[in-house]
Amino acid sequence: MSQKPVLESAGLDGWIVRLFETIDEGNLPWLSALSKRCEQVFGDTLIDLVPSYTTLLVVFDPITLSSSEARAMICQILVDLEPDSGVQEGQVHELPTWYDISVGPDLPRVADHTGMAVTDVIEAHSQRTYRVFALGFAPGFAFKGLIDPRLECPRLDTPRKRVPAGSVALAGRQTAAYPTATPGGWNLLGRTSARLFDRQREGFSLLRVGDQVRFVSVSRETFEREGGSSKPVELES
Amino acid sequence: MSYREKPQPSIRVLRAGPLALLQDSGRFGVRHLGVTQGGPADLYSWAWANHLTGNSWGTANLEITFGGLLLVAERDLNIAIAGADLGATLNNEPVPLWQRVRWKEGEVLAFARPMSGLRAYLAVCGGFVAEPVLGSVASVVREELGGFSGKGCKLEEGDLLSVHAGGKNSGPGSMQAPKEAQPDFSQPAVLDLLPGAQIAHFAGRSLFDAFNTWWQVDDRADRMGVRLIGPKLYCNIRSLVSEGINLGGVQVPPDGQPIVLLNDRQTIGGYPRLGSLSPLSASRLAQCLPKQRVRLVASGHEAALRELRLFRRQFECVRDNNVML
Repeated sequence: MSQKPVLESAGLDGWIVRLFETIDEGNLPWLSALSKRCEQVFGDTLIDLVPSYTTLLVVFDPITLSSSEARAMICQILVDLEPDSGVQEGQVHELPTWYDISVGPDLPRVADHTGMAVTDVIEAHSQRTYRVFALGFAPGFAFKGLIDPRLECPRLDTPRKRVPAGSVALAGRQTAAYPTATPGGWNLLGRTSARLFDRQREGFSLLRVGDQVRFVSVSRETFEREGGSSKPVELES
Repeated sequence: MSYREKPQPSIRVLRAGPLALLQDSGRFGVRHLGVTQGGPADLYSWAWANHLTGNSWGTANLEITFGGLLLVAERDLNIAIAGADLGATLNNEPVPLWQRVRWKEGEVLAFARPMSGLRAYLAVCGGFVAEPVLGSVASVVREELGGFSGKGCKLEEGDLLSVHAGGKNSGPGSMQAPKEAQPDFSQPAVLDLLPGAQIAHFAGRSLFDAFNTWWQVDDRADRMGVRLIGPKLYCNIRSLVSEGINLGGVQVPPDGQPIVLLNDRQTIGGYPRLGSLSPLSASRLAQCLPKQRVRLVASGHEAALRELRLFRRQFECVRDNNVML
């Protein structure tokens, strides 16, 4: 770690452990190691762990543990924390993605904004392997990065009321796929047939913090054969 | 669960009202997947409703927001209503709150509108029957998780609600909450805020304002969060790298008007925070109607923890075999 970790109060039953200040893939092994150690040390008194780009939120049972006791336990873990070498790679996922203006209506907007051709936008987006930095916003919604700096594009001024499930999108230097239909303001490039959140699946979410993800450009036929819905994104006034 | 009698359809929804949701204590251990906590916005009243019906901690009951709900019993039931006074009546007779009452087959239980407070909790002896999703029956409409359908739906007209039959007879637990345990939700609320997070980055004047203002509850208030209207608070951080946010977190977006995050909040967020309300103060805020006045008081962990543990301790002795979860 490049700096001394900081603990910030998150109420009666939580601490934010701030390990880093900036977003970096190198943060992931440290956050993973801290999560694992917290699971071991807190045991039954642990309620939830929420890793994000630079931090871990540790939520514990305040009936059995006071915040000062929890703080002491976290500080003890931090004394000899070593990065989790298993996370260097992370699990690798390939998400079949149909890039098309009908399901990715913001392709022209991104092309305009970046001065690139639509085909170059698609190529630049599908060439990189991304890391999952955080899950949030909605169940199974994975914030991934970092995208090619040339693709950087702000969110829409007015978010869509309904972004269809599977939509592949980017905003700023991040990319994501929407697991379910929700409102959203990211630029839509296409749609994946992958089921990102499935309550029947062991572990529910396809993607976890630290995983590696690549969007693989596929034809409409392949996308539909894999179970994708090619229903176009509806225009909103 | 084999000792339980078969669940029976026990309550029919005649009119659904704006928002009635099944809530257990919440969905835990899945927040790292982006799944929110859910559960009762007013944990205090929810817990009392269970206690008064002899149900153990965690048993699911109904959170009724605003009122407008009309139910008919399909068999005799023992129930308790705690929390907001929504003008509840049984066959047009006012129902006493904060105590166990008999609801006979064929009688209509109606919730009118908020007289005092915003959310009432209806518990039934034995507890409602629903299949847990991701470990909980807590209803989160936005995530389509939990509730009677498993898809987070609010109650709809015509729904038939099942109750564990074994719990028809009264279990242990007190029959009536003592007067001092029944909050007066019509009064301005004084809320304990545990300073933390980015509080050091707020302007001195803003910290003075935060704790010396009667804030007004905005009408933009729901189970995700409650916005407070008052003097603009300034923070020298505009936005953060998103991080986990806990129940009761008080975040301040660039417009300077604080938002207190409640049960259905997003799991991570990127606005600077003053700290967190204590769990019981978050419960209290969830009973505030728009325009109601609230005050934030900087509080210590020790006092807030003592209060929370005392609150929980009074429900610990209840062990009804019919409703073990």
